[in-house]
Amino acid sequence: MTGAGPNWPAIAMFAAFVAFTLAITAWAARRTKTRADFYAAGGGVSGFRNGLAIAGDYMSAASFLGISSQIFDVGYDGLIYSIGFLVGWPIILFLMAERLRNLGRYTFADVASFRFAQPPVRSFAAFSTLAVVLFYLIAQMVGAGKLIEVLFGLPYLYAVVIVGVLMTLYVLFGGMIATTWVQIIKAVMLLGCATIMALLVLVHFGFSPEALFARAVEVKTNLAAAAGSATDEAAHKGASIMGPGTFLKDPISAISFGMALMFGTAGLPHILMRFFTVPDARQARTSVLWATGWIGYFYILTFIIGFGAIAFVASNPHFLDAAGAVHVQPNMAAVHLADALGGNLFLGLVSAVAFATILAVVAGLTLSGASAVSHDLYATVIRKGEAKGEEEIRVSRITVVVLAVAAILLGIAFEKTNIAFMVSLAFALAASGNFPVLLLSLLWKGCTTRGVVAGGTVGLLLALVLTILSPAIWVTILGHATAPFPYTSPAIFSMPAAFLTIWLVSVLDKSPRAEIDRAGYLHQRIRSETGIGAAGASDH
Amino acid sequence: MAGQEKSDAARYDEVVADPRYQKLLKRRGRFTWALSMVMLVAYFGYVALIAFDKGLLARPIGGGVTSLGIPVGVGLILLAILLTGLYVRRANREFDPLVQALRDGDEE
Repeated sequence: MTGAGPNWPAIAMFAAFVAFTLAITAWAARRTKTRADFYAAGGGVSGFRNGLAIAGDYMSAASFLGISSQIFDVGYDGLIYSIGFLVGWPIILFLMAERLRNLGRYTFADVASFRFAQPPVRSFAAFSTLAVVLFYLIAQMVGAGKLIEVLFGLPYLYAVVIVGVLMTLYVLFGGMIATTWVQIIKAVMLLGCATIMALLVLVHFGFSPEALFARAVEVKTNLAAAAGSATDEAAHKGASIMGPGTFLKDPISAISFGMALMFGTAGLPHILMRFFTVPDARQARTSVLWATGWIGYFYILTFIIGFGAIAFVASNPHFLDAAGAVHVQPNMAAVHLADALGGNLFLGLVSAVAFATILAVVAGLTLSGASAVSHDLYATVIRKGEAKGEEEIRVSRITVVVLAVAAILLGIAFEKTNIAFMVSLAFALAASGNFPVLLLSLLWKGCTTRGVVAGGTVGLLLALVLTILSPAIWVTILGHATAPFPYTSPAIFSMPAAFLTIWLVSVLDKSPRAEIDRAGYLHQRIRSETGIGAAGASDH
Repeated sequence: MAGQEKSDAARYDEVVADPRYQKLLKRRGRFTWALSMVMLVAYFGYVALIAFDKGLLARPIGGGVTSLGIPVGVGLILLAILLTGLYVRRANREFDPLVQALRDGDEE
């Protein structure tokens, strides 16, 4: 089935999605007049809609394609991703969401730098935003490239360029208004599509999960036997998909990975940015509830889809070679399942939705990266707050184009990585840089400018260096034999290092600025808790 | 803008002195930390099982192939949604009116 030429239903459905979303972009472009419109959709998005848009931002290619493929390959381990991705949401709600809304306007740096010296904190925030956004973008580009390869029979390179161009159009002209609507439409399509897939799987098994799991174990056992395992060994391999396996081999990797997933969510700039699109703290809260509900529901569906893929795809002669081994594209289990369940038409629908998913996430990421450059670096650090709204938007738009080019190049360089894993690295960076900075600046009076800049930088750089030295990059991409840093995720080292550095530097900080920083806490706290003095997302 | 800031500063002084503000901080703070701890303990308990005792989660339950890890995993997802719902309910009913009274500067 691979390389079988273009799939016309898929192309038609995808073209319809693109045409529709571009029409929305044109409509949004006419409504995008001010800076507040461009960055925060004018602050007028309701909690329910924002919840859907957050879910849209969050249910990325990594979630849909990556996790279902992980389950397809190794079974239960994929669920560890889903759980880690979800449990960050309550923490965001309890500790951050309302405070973010009350303190910030356009970017999370507004909040992180609220009582601190602006240039250093915003410079840090801008760089860490770009680092997280770039890693996240790589994963999405790889997913899109693979999808188009399977689907349209086009080379990987073309696909990556198509995504780059479309995301540029959405963000460039439609800003946050278009991005929000693209997210909402995509979220509804993805949830609908995943629901249908999960139902089609379950209906085969009389809605008995046990029957589904039993069939999956049987299929994996047969595959192991076909690959030459003895009967006992094959049975053992088959049964291994029902429990945590080889993905997190050692305790340090497991805990570190768990930390990155949970706390990374609370440091993702494109997610944090969504809290500035709602009118007040109550709507911010409502949006988290909706988002958590939709995302949790979606992950349960993904789990069924992954096991469904084992049951239907890994047993289908269509996907087996002469020796009885499975041949499918990496990251494409959900797409193959659609083919096995509903033929060409359903394959087309699922592929179009998956592609739409990637486009929407990429648009959200790009917008947050561009805002970090224009609002934090350019307007605040370079122009010292003298920049006009139009000027800021112009810088933002230039950055969008630069980011698109960078994303295309990186997408080509990282073609072979597992996309769910790549996203987990973006989470590790966010958990080690942005999260400690935000949490301590919000909750700890003694925190100072020097503390957050030093601690955030230490956390971010340590996470980055350890990631490069880890097997995923050092061995897989750079081709060395063994990795100096053997663990799956750096967070267990880099996140505490960030907290410790912020604390130590803040405590030792005797500068005059530190006095101002500490004195600013009282007012910051009142505003963060009550919203008194909070900015509507107006432009004045 | 400057006038706005000044009046905000004056209101901040009033708010700090208001016992309802202290009540809000205490109640909401206690509630959010308690909920956060429930989530953290549940999740890192699960992670600890993956780290130190993979076999337990892989153990079949109910005579079939379904392992203990399945209900535990799905349970964690449901717990996250449930805790979020609990917070939103109490915040809407109890904390919002308190904040509103503070914002309006109502007499007690």
